[in-house]
Amino acid sequence: MEKILALAKKVAEEAEVYMVSSEETPVQFESNRLKNTQYKQSQTVALRVIKNGKTGYATSTSMENARQLVDDAIATAEFGTKAEFQFPALQEYPQVAVYDPAVEKVTLEQMTQLGEELIARITDYSPEILCEAGVTKANFELNIINSRGGQANFRQSVFGIGIEGQLIRGTDMLFVGDHDGSCHPILKTDEIVRVTLRQLELAKRLAKVSTKPMPVIFAPDGVISSLVLPLISAFNGKTVLEGASPIGDKLGETVFDKNLTISDDPTIPYRTGSRSCDDEAVPCHRTPLITNGVVSNFLYDLQTAAKAKKKSTGNGHRQGGLPTPSPHAFVISPGKSGFDEMVKSIDEGLIVEQLLGAGQGNTLGGDFSGNILLGFKIEKGEIVGRVKDTMISGNVYQLLKAITAIGNDSKWAGGFLFTPSICCSNVSVASR
Amino acid sequence: MTTPTLKCKLKLRMPDLQAIGQELAQLLKKQNADYIEAHLEEGQFSSISYRGKQLESISKTSSIGGNVRALVKGGWGFVSFNDLNHLQEKVALAVKQAAFVGKEVSQLAESKPIVENVKAKIKENPLLIPLSEKKQLLDEYNKAIWSTSGIQTSNLGYGDGHKKTVFLNSRGSFITQERTDVTLRAVAVAAKDGEVQQAGLSEGSRNDFSPIRKLHKAISELSQRAVDMLTVPTVAGGQYTVVLDPILAGVFVHEAFGHLSESDFVYENEHMKEIMVLGKVFGGPHLNIVDSASRPGLRGSFKYDDEGTPATKTYLIREGKLAGRLHSLETAAKMKEQPTGNARAINYRHPPIVRMTNTYIEPGSSTFNDIIADIKEGVYAKNWYGGQTSMEMFTFSSGETYMIRNGKLAEMVRPVMLSGNVFNTLMNIDAIGNDLDMNQGGGCGKGGQSPLPVSNGSPHIRIRQCLVGGK
Repeated sequence: MEKILALAKKVAEEAEVYMVSSEETPVQFESNRLKNTQYKQSQTVALRVIKNGKTGYATSTSMENARQLVDDAIATAEFGTKAEFQFPALQEYPQVAVYDPAVEKVTLEQMTQLGEELIARITDYSPEILCEAGVTKANFELNIINSRGGQANFRQSVFGIGIEGQLIRGTDMLFVGDHDGSCHPILKTDEIVRVTLRQLELAKRLAKVSTKPMPVIFAPDGVISSLVLPLISAFNGKTVLEGASPIGDKLGETVFDKNLTISDDPTIPYRTGSRSCDDEAVPCHRTPLITNGVVSNFLYDLQTAAKAKKKSTGNGHRQGGLPTPSPHAFVISPGKSGFDEMVKSIDEGLIVEQLLGAGQGNTLGGDFSGNILLGFKIEKGEIVGRVKDTMISGNVYQLLKAITAIGNDSKWAGGFLFTPSICCSNVSVASR
Repeated sequence: MTTPTLKCKLKLRMPDLQAIGQELAQLLKKQNADYIEAHLEEGQFSSISYRGKQLESISKTSSIGGNVRALVKGGWGFVSFNDLNHLQEKVALAVKQAAFVGKEVSQLAESKPIVENVKAKIKENPLLIPLSEKKQLLDEYNKAIWSTSGIQTSNLGYGDGHKKTVFLNSRGSFITQERTDVTLRAVAVAAKDGEVQQAGLSEGSRNDFSPIRKLHKAISELSQRAVDMLTVPTVAGGQYTVVLDPILAGVFVHEAFGHLSESDFVYENEHMKEIMVLGKVFGGPHLNIVDSASRPGLRGSFKYDDEGTPATKTYLIREGKLAGRLHSLETAAKMKEQPTGNARAINYRHPPIVRMTNTYIEPGSSTFNDIIADIKEGVYAKNWYGGQTSMEMFTFSSGETYMIRNGKLAEMVRPVMLSGNVFNTLMNIDAIGNDLDMNQGGGCGKGGQSPLPVSNGSPHIRIRQCLVGGK
C-alpha cells in the first residue's frame, strides 16, 4: 500500500489507497441436506488520485501491479470531476467493537450441526417442507492511507445463519424462513425456529381479500421490503443536493408522524453494519435523520458534503466505484404498541411480512408496490389465514405522515435495519 | 510473493492464464475426487457515470482470480481466490471440503473433453475506443436528457468490460473463451410541486460498441416521458386485459416462466417434479417459449457454458405444453435428461448454477392493431423497470403505460406494476404478435449472483385478467 501511495504522490497532488481483504466460509444446505462448503478469499485495492484538481480512480485485485494502477487512475483523472474535498488527516476514531475472534474458531463441524439442527426442528413440525439453509463465517479487513497522513483500519468478523423453507401443496407454494447476522458467533437456533414455525402455523389456512383500501401492519421484514428503499434515496445527501429528494428542502420541518424517529447508527457494538470509520477514513457516528417527525439531517460523503457546504457524516460507501453516501444501519425507534394489540384493533386488514417486487418503479417519489409473498389477513382483530394473489401499493410520504401505531417488537431485518412493526391505514390493496 | 504476472513485464495486464491453467491441469489429475474443475478469469473494466449535469465518476478496474470446484460422493467443495499462489493447497482444500460433505454417490452427466480456444468476434471493440471519445458521446446523451425543460436530475451510467476465461476439468477439457460487454443506463427525473417521476432506459451489447452510439432520440424521448408522467393519472388497481410490448413481454417471460424452468428448483423436489412434468399444459397451442445461448450475438450467447457444455437451443414450452428445462451437469444426471449448457457463474468468485441465457416467446401472426382491436378497457404497458419472481408468483413493472379504450390507444397513465401467478397467467395469454424483438439491457440476479448478462424478448402479447397494482 505504501508503495502505491509513494508512486502516486510522484505524479498527483493527492492520493488515497484503500484496501479491503476478506475470507469467507459458507456452508450450504439444499433440499434438507448438506450440499457444499466453500472458502472464498478476495482482495481489492483502490487508488483515488487528485491531479490538476480532478479526481481519478482505479481498482485492481492484485497488489503487484502498482505501476499499472497508478497509470489507470491518472488516465481517468484527465476526465474526472473537480475534487472539492480534502482527504482526512490522521485523527482519533471511536471505539466500535465489531471483531470477535470466536467467529474464526467456529469449526465446519459446528456450522454443519447448526444447519442440521435448524432443518430438523423445522421438518419435525412440517415433514413435507424442503429447506435451504446457510451458515457462514467471514472476516474482513479494511485499510486506508492517504497523502495527508491519514490512516485508518479495522477488522470485522461476521457470522450469518438463515433458513428458507418451501412448502408445496398442489401448485400452491409457501415460502417461510428467517435469518440472523452478528459479529459474534450465533450458536443457538431458537429464535429463527420460533419465527419460522409461527409463519407455518399462521399460513395453514388461506384467507380471501377484497380489492379496497385497508389498514396494513408492516412486520419488520415487511418494513424493509416496502417502506425503507424510498427513504434511503431521500436521505442521501446527493439526491438532496440535486433537488430530487422530496424532503430535501424540509430540514427542520415536520414531514412525518410525530411518533416516527429514525437514525443512522454505525456505533452499535457487534452489529454487521457497524464500524469505526467509513470507506474514506472519516470517523463514524450516529446521525439522527427523523426526530419525532422532523427531518433532522441528511447523509454525506466527503465530496457531496463539500459541494453542499456541509460536513461529511461519515457515510462514504464504496460499491465498486468512488465513495457515495449510503446509510450504515437504519434504526427506527420502537413505539408502545404490542403486536397482538395492533392486530386486535383492526377490523379488516393485512399483515405484510415479505413483499415481492420492492424497489421497482418510482422509489424516488416514494411510491412502492408489490405482490405479497408472505402475509396474513386480519378479520375482527384475529389473524385468519395467509393471503395470496394480492398486491399492495402506496406512497411512503403519505403513509408515514399519519401512522396508526408503532410496535414495541423491534428486530434486525436484512442486516441493516432495526425496526419495529408499523401499522398504516388506508393502504391500497388489489386482489383477484 | 511473486506471481506469474511479474515475470512478464511488457504485458503486465495480461498474466499468462494459459500457463497457470496448465499447472492446474496437472494438479487436477492427481486428486482423489469424482470430478474436479477450475476456472481462471482475467478482466478489464471501465465505467463512466453522470449525475445531473455533471460527470460524477470515471474509473478503470482490472481483476484476476480463479476457483476450484470438486465433487466427492455427491458433495461439493468450492475455493475461490485472487491470490494465484499456492494452487496445490487450494485444489486440496476444495477436495477436502467436498469429502467432508459427500455421503452419497456422485451423479454428474457425461461430458466430452473439449480443448478449444474460442476467439470473440468483436465488431467494434469498446476497449479500443479512447476514454475521450466515450465521454464525448455520453456528454451528448446527457445534453439530450437536459434538453427537455422540467428535468430535475438524471443518472447516466456507462460500463464496458472484457473478460478472458479458462475452464479446465478432470475429464481433460481446456477451454479458453473471451467476451466483451457494454451497458448503458439512463434515468431522467422530473419534479414539480413536490411530485417526482422518473423514466429510464437500459441498453446492452455483446462484442460491439456500435449499438450504444445510436441512442440520442430514445434518450430525448425518455426525458419528455418523465415530464409528461408528472401530470398523468394513476390507474385504479384491479384486473385488466393487458397488452405488453416486446421489451416488457420479454421481462415477463423471464420472470413468469424462465426461472421456473431452471432445474435446480426441481431436481431434488418431488412436489416440483409433479408440477413440472413434461407435457403439462401451461398455455394455449400458440405459445412457444425458448431459451437459446446458441443464438449468436446476444448478451446471453456463448459457445460453452461454465461447465464446458456446448450451448443449445431448448424449447421450454412448445405448443402450450412443457417441453424441456434448463440443466447443469448435475441436474441433468439426477433427472435423467440431457445437459443443456445452462450452468453459468457471474465470475470466478461463485460456482456455476443453472441460469437462463437468451429467453423469448416465439412470434405468432397477429398485428398490434389486431391485438388491441376488441379491448374495451385495458392497459398497454411498455418498457421495463424491473421484475422479480418467487416461482409461483411474479411481479414486473412497466416504464411507460397507456390506457386502451374501445380498441384504441388512449391516455397516458403512470407506470404500473403487474403481478400474476404462473399457473394461470400463461394460460391467459390469448394473442401473440408477429414482431419479436430482443431486449439486451437486462441483467439477472439469482443466488447472490447478479447481474448476469442475459437477454429476453417477445412479440407484443395480450394477457386477460392480469392483476395491476394502483390506487
